[in-house]
Amino acid sequence: MYVAVKGGERAIDNAHSWLAEERRGDTAIAELSVGQIREQLALAVNRVMAEGSLYDPDLAALAIKQARGDLIEAIFLIRAYRTTLPRIGHSRPLGTGAMACDRRISATFKDAPGGQVLGPTFDYTHRLLEFRLAADGAVPPTAEAEPQQGPVPHITGFLNRDGLIEEETASDEPPRDLTREPLEFPASRALRLQALARGDEGFVLSMAYSTQRGYGRNHPFVGELRVGQVAVEMDIPELGFAVEIGEITLTECETVNQFKGSKTEPPQFTRGYGLTLGHTERKAISMALVDRALRWKELGEDNVGAPAQDEEFVLSHADNIQATGFLEHIKLPHYVDFQSELELVRKLRAEAGQAGEART
Amino acid sequence: MTDLNQYNFAYLDEQTKRMIRRALLKALAIPGYQVPFASREMPMPYGWGTGGVQVSAACLTPEDRFKVIDQGADDTTNAVSIRKFFERTAGVETTERTAEATVIQTRHRIPEEPLGEGQILVYQVPIPEPLRFLEPRETETRKMHALEEYGLMHVKLYEDIARHGKIATSYAYPVKVQGRYVMDPSPIPKFDNPKMEMAAIQLFGAGREQRIYAVPPYTSVVSLDFEDHPFEASKVDQPCALCGAGDTYLDEVIMDDEGGRMFVCSDTDYCATRRAEGHLGALGVPAEDSAA
Repeated sequence: MYVAVKGGERAIDNAHSWLAEERRGDTAIAELSVGQIREQLALAVNRVMAEGSLYDPDLAALAIKQARGDLIEAIFLIRAYRTTLPRIGHSRPLGTGAMACDRRISATFKDAPGGQVLGPTFDYTHRLLEFRLAADGAVPPTAEAEPQQGPVPHITGFLNRDGLIEEETASDEPPRDLTREPLEFPASRALRLQALARGDEGFVLSMAYSTQRGYGRNHPFVGELRVGQVAVEMDIPELGFAVEIGEITLTECETVNQFKGSKTEPPQFTRGYGLTLGHTERKAISMALVDRALRWKELGEDNVGAPAQDEEFVLSHADNIQATGFLEHIKLPHYVDFQSELELVRKLRAEAGQAGEART
Repeated sequence: MTDLNQYNFAYLDEQTKRMIRRALLKALAIPGYQVPFASREMPMPYGWGTGGVQVSAACLTPEDRFKVIDQGADDTTNAVSIRKFFERTAGVETTERTAEATVIQTRHRIPEEPLGEGQILVYQVPIPEPLRFLEPRETETRKMHALEEYGLMHVKLYEDIARHGKIATSYAYPVKVQGRYVMDPSPIPKFDNPKMEMAAIQLFGAGREQRIYAVPPYTSVVSLDFEDHPFEASKVDQPCALCGAGDTYLDEVIMDDEGGRMFVCSDTDYCATRRAEGHLGALGVPAEDSAA
């Protein structure tokens, strides 16, 4: 006897409470605090802020806790929260030249005004598991220097002075907002950068990597990579001047790319640009490479049919919240469609069988 | 989500609803045309009905009675989840009765009971572009719609016939709306296609793909076919085992390890109503005796 599958509601409620229990894990082990996640899993927090497009380390840490460490789920929580926030206004463009840099490196010049600052990086660590850390997380004090004062000029600016690198066209046109308007193609560079900045780190990384391996090669040098704090200023109409409303950590990457010239452009270096929230340098570098690959049209380059050159392909598939939602929706019931496919296949098979008998 | 009181009626803010309503009006003015809209991130995943949810949110008023079905059933998990969402965020009355609902959100089915004027049917749409699997580029497909260039679709249907002797599309079967736009009816079985010429307003929301489209009441909706291979709304040649209906779309239910199966109405409300009226199928029990 067939019993209708009822009780979806109770199943959902029970699943939620089981999930909450699993999230907590063994209660004999101390519970993680949001502060611990924010301070000790800072790079996870940064990724959630960058791809969630919301600069709030506490909320990002909370999202990571709630998502049991699933960063895409945490990004989803942040996105869903962000979309409900009212838009009070927008800040002035950030001046990354005035960044208080924790890290600033150039691969194109041995030294440059402002100096090379290695900062807190994994780069030259040996990837050996530190078993001591399992027992004792105490760290010896780090040497400190006086912070540098004053602006840190951009390295690409030095090249620009000689006309060796393409001039960035200045525009006062307010950029469109990807989260408030539907994305339409062809997209402006500003929109492309917005989409890449919130795009999935893994996807953008793989796209960038593909250009390095020859699928739309644009031979990049890291002209400069900088990580640090930048002041956010906002014009307050009632006051008539801009007020600093806070400070955020950003990662900025400018690549310098070889360019032999095209029908319309003389030989010179060209640029790729990456800017991401928090300390997220793998993402910022990847973004710069993909940005450069997507600029083939404006630079008069050939489209060699590489995936990273394909704006529709890259922008339509970079967002992990869209991707994971659609991918995972195939877990939903599809039995109505499956039923109609079943009938079709049965019918086609029956007809094929009849045709087979008729032949013999 | 803890405190939903801090959210606006039906979750979305009024600015967003206005933006969606504008898109809806445009969609109704150009039947079958896909209107881009600034889809918001909803607190449920893309691909799980975010487009339909946004359209419903923009349509609901406090006086509405809301019904949600998935695969024709009110009690499938995602239908339950969406209905709960609006119970909490809009506080609207909900119902499982098709006739009593003013707004019905659906995934993959059109209710069996004919809808009337004053009702709105909101479809959840995964891929709004009927030409997408023939041409992956949005820039190209928009051009094809603009030029009414649908040859590619006809070639595809023709190739089906050449290969299989019939059109091998059983759901999301493409339709032409008011003699102009080729439209994806969402993944409803083609059995439901003829119902799309109806008295109710049909709205389609694709959240991830940021598109809204619509079919106004009494608009012609023609399933694509050929003169010598006319469209056929097929279903299993069986009556419902529970209510005995011979004209409804049926789900196949596997009953045991020996290949035993039964066919039952996918529209749970329709089936239950018929049983309450005394109609019984081969395996049916009277409604009041049913444990469900």
